[in-house]
Amino acid sequence: MKKLLILSGKGGTGKTTFASNFINISKARVFADCDVEAPNLHLVSMIKDVKKRENYYGLDKSVIDQEKCIQCGLCKESCKFDAIAFTDGMYEINKHMCEGCGVCNYVCPVNAIGFVKSIDGEIYLYEDKQVFTTAELKMGSGNSGLLVTKVKKNMQEYIKEDDLVIIDGPPGIGCPVIASMSGVDMILLVAEPSVSGISDLKRIIKTATSFHLPIAICINKHNLNSRLTNEIIKYTKENKYNFVGKVGYHKEIIESINSGVFLEESSKAYKEIKEVYLNTLKIFS
Amino acid sequence: MRIAVLSGKGGTGKTFISVNLAYVIKNAAYLDCDVEEPNGDLYFKGDKVIKQVEVDIPVIDHAVCTLCGKCTDFCKFNALAIIIDKVRVFSQLCHSCGGCKLVCPVSAISEVKKPIGIIKETEFEGHRVIGGEMNIKEETGVEIIDEIIEISNDIKDDVVIDCPPGNGCSVMGSIKNADYCILVAEPTIFGLHNLKMVYELTQVFGKKVGIVINKASQYKIINDFAESKSIDVLLEVPFDKELGLMNSNGEIAAKDIKYKHYFEQLADKLLVRRV
Repeated sequence: MKKLLILSGKGGTGKTTFASNFINISKARVFADCDVEAPNLHLVSMIKDVKKRENYYGLDKSVIDQEKCIQCGLCKESCKFDAIAFTDGMYEINKHMCEGCGVCNYVCPVNAIGFVKSIDGEIYLYEDKQVFTTAELKMGSGNSGLLVTKVKKNMQEYIKEDDLVIIDGPPGIGCPVIASMSGVDMILLVAEPSVSGISDLKRIIKTATSFHLPIAICINKHNLNSRLTNEIIKYTKENKYNFVGKVGYHKEIIESINSGVFLEESSKAYKEIKEVYLNTLKIFS
Repeated sequence: MRIAVLSGKGGTGKTFISVNLAYVIKNAAYLDCDVEEPNGDLYFKGDKVIKQVEVDIPVIDHAVCTLCGKCTDFCKFNALAIIIDKVRVFSQLCHSCGGCKLVCPVSAISEVKKPIGIIKETEFEGHRVIGGEMNIKEETGVEIIDEIIEISNDIKDDVVIDCPPGNGCSVMGSIKNADYCILVAEPTIFGLHNLKMVYELTQVFGKKVGIVINKASQYKIINDFAESKSIDVLLEVPFDKELGLMNSNGEIAAKDIKYKHYFEQLADKLLVRRV
């Protein structure tokens, strides 16, 4: 079994486009979407029926029992997250700011602070011939890294020895990205030829390699800036990173996303993505 | 006015819209809150004044520690663990709540400062430019964002806040003091889905919102959504290869007479004073 994670640092470079087409080309049996703050792979996945849907509980949030509260203000003073406010003669906890650390509960001299469960998202499992796990973080919740870990755990029992598992990752370099990297065998980085794309690529390379994970790099929308495309290729060569090909900006990619069908095998976009896929596999095995 | 620019989905053009909008507003400050992948200073180039951002993390005095386990039990973030014969601190997981220090019965825990990133500041043609950059391998840049927003509280001029993607804690932190949220969306089903998610977030916080459609095309799904929720479409920027090339090279499109009108139109809709 091998797990391939697709990341990019910068958002919108084409992670989901590559993931969905890789799934189609490889006929992957098991795949996942770890971009829990902005999931999209379910919109192009061919499996439409959710087999299992469950709530994702983050850390319990604090809540003040107004009957017991003696308004000493110790909780507000101790909260490092500014989650407690004194308004209209009452101490109240803002559930969006509360990180559930439990300090207020600990310092309260009259035991007026308890905990309530907090639904921070939803986890989905789709299954027919293929298995697809994904999740959606509820707005403004923390702990997206933990939710990513749950998504990956969910698919674990379905993975067989010779499976190639494809995982669509989140943007950035923070906790959801780090959570998505654990246990994968290789990372494909989708770069974009722009000054932002290059700056973000370098940061995600540093992040991935600092966890000692093998990486391969491809370029998407290369024809939008050929000068910077060449600069990226030169950079990957100089640093001896695996370069696995480039895909152009093609209108049919947007058309295929919006109509919910896979790219036609005769299209240029399909052929280019397939080449990246084959090159990636070569390095992988 | 404090205008936050967000999108849910990455790569829809948040930085493109915020940089150019800030450029056409008189004396507007630009804040780059995408501290994981900051890009604003690729447009607003200039020498930066750099300030470290630090957080408090616990340090254990092993000579005093009795290994009672109260701190490891208390820590909800699993940032402390007893391994073999010592309490170990996993600083990346620490949320700096201070709980472990409070519960330690023998005062074996104190706090030290750990750098997690920097704040960079520069002046660009009359615009104050403040951005953050999280260190590699850190889990969260929320404290850096909080500090940028804190600095911006004293700014009297208009402020444009370039937010991170998603709908998580860092986005929440970025829009904290915003008076208005611009939602940048591209007309794909991906763009629409993530727009709906981030729209919900702005509504939870009771923010005023308007939509900018970037890479506008024949697909009208964003317009339909805006209409169904009675949200103003402030601006549509059609897909344009030349504009895309300029932006990808780190050029400010609003400097070009051909594209300036887009951002002037946006500024006028927001009733802010132009340059």
